[in-house]
Amino acid sequence: MPKDGGIGAATLRREDVRFLTGAGQYCDDIKVFGQASAMFARSNVANGVIKSIDTTAAAAMPGVLAIFTGEDFVEVGGNPAGWLINSRDGTPMHEPKRPVLAHGKVRHVGDAYAAVIAETPEQAKNAIEAIEADIEELPAVVNMKDALSGSNYVHDEIGTNQCFDWGWIEDNRDATDAAIKGAHHVTTLELVNNRLVPNAMEPRCSMAQYNRANDEYILHTTSQNPHLTRLLISAFVLGIPENKLTVIAPDVGGGFGSKIYHYGEEALVLAAAKKLNRPVKWTADRSEAFLTDAHGRDHVTKIELAMDAEGNFLAFRTETLANVGAYLSNFSTATPTFLHGTLMAGNYTVPNVYVNVKTVFTNTAPVDAYRGAGRPEATYSLERVIDMAAREIRMDPVELRRKNFIKPDQYPFASAAGLEYDSGNYDALMDKMEVVADKKGFEARRAESESKGLLRGFGVNAYIEACGIAPSNLVGILGSRVGLYDAATVRVNATGSLSVMVGAHSHGQGHETAFPQVVAEMLGIDPMSIDIVHGDTSKIPFGMGTYGSRSLAVCGSAVVRATEKIINKAKKIAAHMLEASEGDIAFNDGAFSVAGTDKSVSFGEVAFKAYVPHEFPLEDIEPGLEETAFYDPANFTYPSGAYCCEVELDPETGKVRVDRFAAVDDFGNIVNPMIVTGQVHGGLGQGIGQAMLENTTYDENGQLLSASYMDYTMPRADDLPFYTVDHSQGTPCTHNPLGVKGCGEAGAIGSPPTIVNAVIDAMQSGGKNVTHIDMPVTPHRVWSAMQNA
Amino acid sequence: MYAFDIECPTTIAEAAQALGGENQALSGGQTLIPTLKARLASPEKLVSLTAIAEMKGISSAGGVLSIGGATCHADVAADGSYKALSELAAHIGDPAVRNRGTIGGSVANNDPAACYPAAALASGATIVTNTREIAADDFFLGMFETALEEGEIVTAVKFPIPEKANYQKFVQPASRFALVGVFVAKTTDGVRVAVTGASNEGVHRWTAAEEALNASFAVSALDDLTVSADNLIADLHGSPEYRAHLIKVMTGRAVSAAS
Ligand SMILES: Cc1cc2nc3c(=O)[nH]c(=O)nc-3n(C[C@H](O)[C@H](O)[C@H](O)COP(=O)(O)OP(=O)(O)OC[C@H]3O[C@@H](n4cnc5c(N)ncnc54)[C@H](O)[C@@H]3O)c2cc1C
Repeated sequence: MPKDGGIGAATLRREDVRFLTGAGQYCDDIKVFGQASAMFARSNVANGVIKSIDTTAAAAMPGVLAIFTGEDFVEVGGNPAGWLINSRDGTPMHEPKRPVLAHGKVRHVGDAYAAVIAETPEQAKNAIEAIEADIEELPAVVNMKDALSGSNYVHDEIGTNQCFDWGWIEDNRDATDAAIKGAHHVTTLELVNNRLVPNAMEPRCSMAQYNRANDEYILHTTSQNPHLTRLLISAFVLGIPENKLTVIAPDVGGGFGSKIYHYGEEALVLAAAKKLNRPVKWTADRSEAFLTDAHGRDHVTKIELAMDAEGNFLAFRTETLANVGAYLSNFSTATPTFLHGTLMAGNYTVPNVYVNVKTVFTNTAPVDAYRGAGRPEATYSLERVIDMAAREIRMDPVELRRKNFIKPDQYPFASAAGLEYDSGNYDALMDKMEVVADKKGFEARRAESESKGLLRGFGVNAYIEACGIAPSNLVGILGSRVGLYDAATVRVNATGSLSVMVGAHSHGQGHETAFPQVVAEMLGIDPMSIDIVHGDTSKIPFGMGTYGSRSLAVCGSAVVRATEKIINKAKKIAAHMLEASEGDIAFNDGAFSVAGTDKSVSFGEVAFKAYVPHEFPLEDIEPGLEETAFYDPANFTYPSGAYCCEVELDPETGKVRVDRFAAVDDFGNIVNPMIVTGQVHGGLGQGIGQAMLENTTYDENGQLLSASYMDYTMPRADDLPFYTVDHSQGTPCTHNPLGVKGCGEAGAIGSPPTIVNAVIDAMQSGGKNVTHIDMPVTPHRVWSAMQNA
Repeated sequence: MYAFDIECPTTIAEAAQALGGENQALSGGQTLIPTLKARLASPEKLVSLTAIAEMKGISSAGGVLSIGGATCHADVAADGSYKALSELAAHIGDPAVRNRGTIGGSVANNDPAACYPAAALASGATIVTNTREIAADDFFLGMFETALEEGEIVTAVKFPIPEKANYQKFVQPASRFALVGVFVAKTTDGVRVAVTGASNEGVHRWTAAEEALNASFAVSALDDLTVSADNLIADLHGSPEYRAHLIKVMTGRAVSAAS
């Protein structure tokens, strides 16, 4: 390992220096000469017909440069869904057009129907208030069950609010039904996976520049994947050729999924920049973020678990209604299906799994992938129903899980939900969890809580998830309209420093530190001589972006492949310099040497030779030292974990406090354990937030009631316990070169059922026969559940 | 935010003169500035009270604690001569809020979930303005409503320091204002119990509990009491029934913690 840290070193994140000293360059920090400001007129009704929009008065206001309405974008394309899902009967899903600005109808509170460009943001806001829009409010479709049974449609032209009715795996349906019918014991649970607002710290922001000299555009935008944004704008929405459009995602203050997608505001500022021949910027305020960032989760699910008399799992059957909101966001159709249904076998040898998902249009903000994306929903359903089943058959919940775990000698394991798990050891995770959590000491801690008049509960959970969604061939068959590879270019500069251009954007993940660790390890050089370049389509070869915990597993693998190519070429150059044959060159600790001699050249000397190719065999080797690789994985990766927590519950008020939380994860090999721990902490914060605090509530008219931090409860530091985090039990991924699995979402996937299981345990220990409670487990809900039990 | 002018007088007299019409007092701005940012108010001019030295500071004489209207929560929290009040101030918002927000702004605003109104009402405080003195019982008239006339300035709040007192705040999880807050004060004249956060009528006294606690200042004195859910607030964070229940629980906790 290089002295300042290669693979496995807990190197501090170099990017934090600029973040913590205020030197980060976020979109809104970028100010260019002549910049104008865009603001949007947004619907305050959830469903309405746009009768007329009169912009005369607004256009005459001070500073106003231009006003756009939906009319101006009728000719351009819509923002598409990235994944085509077919219904069980083979018919394709319904794909209503998602326009840049609403036209004809507004479909959710916050839906933009006009935009003003003015000299300053305040002038633009003033003009927005002067737009006279006659919008006739119609009854809103909010509740999913009503949406499916009623005849009030979010998109009239479709004639249904059901986007699709998906079965997975349809061929397993009958066998699953039969297994449930004949089972000794069936546990049934109906639950809600609560809707969340992503709440990235930095609101969305987009700034477009247009250069009429060569008809080129530059879009700075808060994106997790600038290439995908460019692709969507080019191929579907505005038709700007990719060679005329540069998309740059500079420092981005969190995304959690919400910044994967292309949004209409990006197209609007591009169109406005060209029309006005001026840079145009829009920065969302927090209210716009609440109303228009793609929300997460929002499933209503019925799950059944069938067991034999010994507690062996025979079948899981799931029926889910998944809200997609008013329009299909880019990944909204993949999230409740292939990122959810395929995980419904969990960590278990269960032979029968069937999942039915109906996606539903409603007059609410679009819903899409949010940290975990489908897998938290799957894990929550499974791990709640298993816990409930354990109570019903009076078996220890840990034992019931262990009994049904896939065993280490069963890999590769074909799950009943259609995936092939490559590696894992769930018993080892559970063993470790019981130790680090001091499970043995629980009863003593419970007694202590009870002496204070409090109830204490223990909750456990085992999860598996799928990261690095791939391979392209497979996802193509399943309906994906994009490939899911990634790319990297390793550029060795003449004096030995490196620039590594990667497709995976970093917006909190620490790529700028971790990726150099990988390259430094391979080249035996100082990681600080390596810089990562990301987020700019004009600088990096290509990239499918950062989501689904794919960066290291997919893009990191591309980095490895490109670095291998560098080493191969460098060996050729070294062989020439050392007057040896290439086969005799060994590369160790940053030096090329001839086996059996003391002749060697350093990596730096080879780099210099590549760019100053004097006495260079130009007939055999090209000058320069730069290589690109595209990597398309063979399979998903499968992180897994065993989590537990202890909660203390005040039966008088219903208030729950998380006292202890242990997360034992299998992430395969670890490049930087400090970053991994940080990712787990962040995921746990969001998962505990979902379980205990966060809830997105629309009233029956489609008004968002939880539209600010006065009513939407973000987790704060004092809501969270000190975590015990362990990742010592890794089983390497078998199919990528680093053996890594992905750690970004695990915490958010594994924690919600852990918390709820503990709360149920606490309530039951107080003699209350509460078998289920929906998230978030707020004091009011807990108190009410205990009143009624 | 709409454009506005701002004036920063240094005396109460100048401030009183500057107020009136479309002009509005600005103290810590922790309520008013968010309102302006949301474009929910459009005063022509803001008259800042924070440069008025005679409205700042805390003094104690004859068992009465007098707090200038422009004194921030952090200063009250640090004072300690009326422990229950300092503890209350220490749990308002976050450090930024406590170092800007003021007692005058809080009582003038009379948010139905605010903390100071409960302390003022339970302590039998007097609200001092530039023109008169108003007993807390006559000052808080309902949600966001007070006895203040247009342009009238809260220059100080005077708290008789009770023998024993305590404030129990059960926080609304998101805002961390009071979902239900109960301030119990035991004075030589008897016990006063004030409830905030719970009612559509704003801060109010729970007289049945006062009577019971006058007879016996113990948690058990509350045993036979029930709180009616009528006219209590229903929102995302709690039903009227839950709030009614919490009023009793928090009152009991305040009684046992009172010191
Ligand atoms: C994040 C956050 C959390 C908070 N949490 C709590 C909490 O837990 N408990 C709680 O009680 N409060 C809480 N607050 C409110 C806080 O205490 C405010 O500071 C207070 O309500 C208003 O005081 P101010 O000095 O900021 O007044 P301003 O915002 O300046 O003014 C508020 C109103 O009062 C008027 N006004 C101000 N001063 C006077 C005066 N001297 N005479 C007459 N009128 C005046 C103004 O014209 C305005 O209408 C919170 C606020 C925030 C932002």
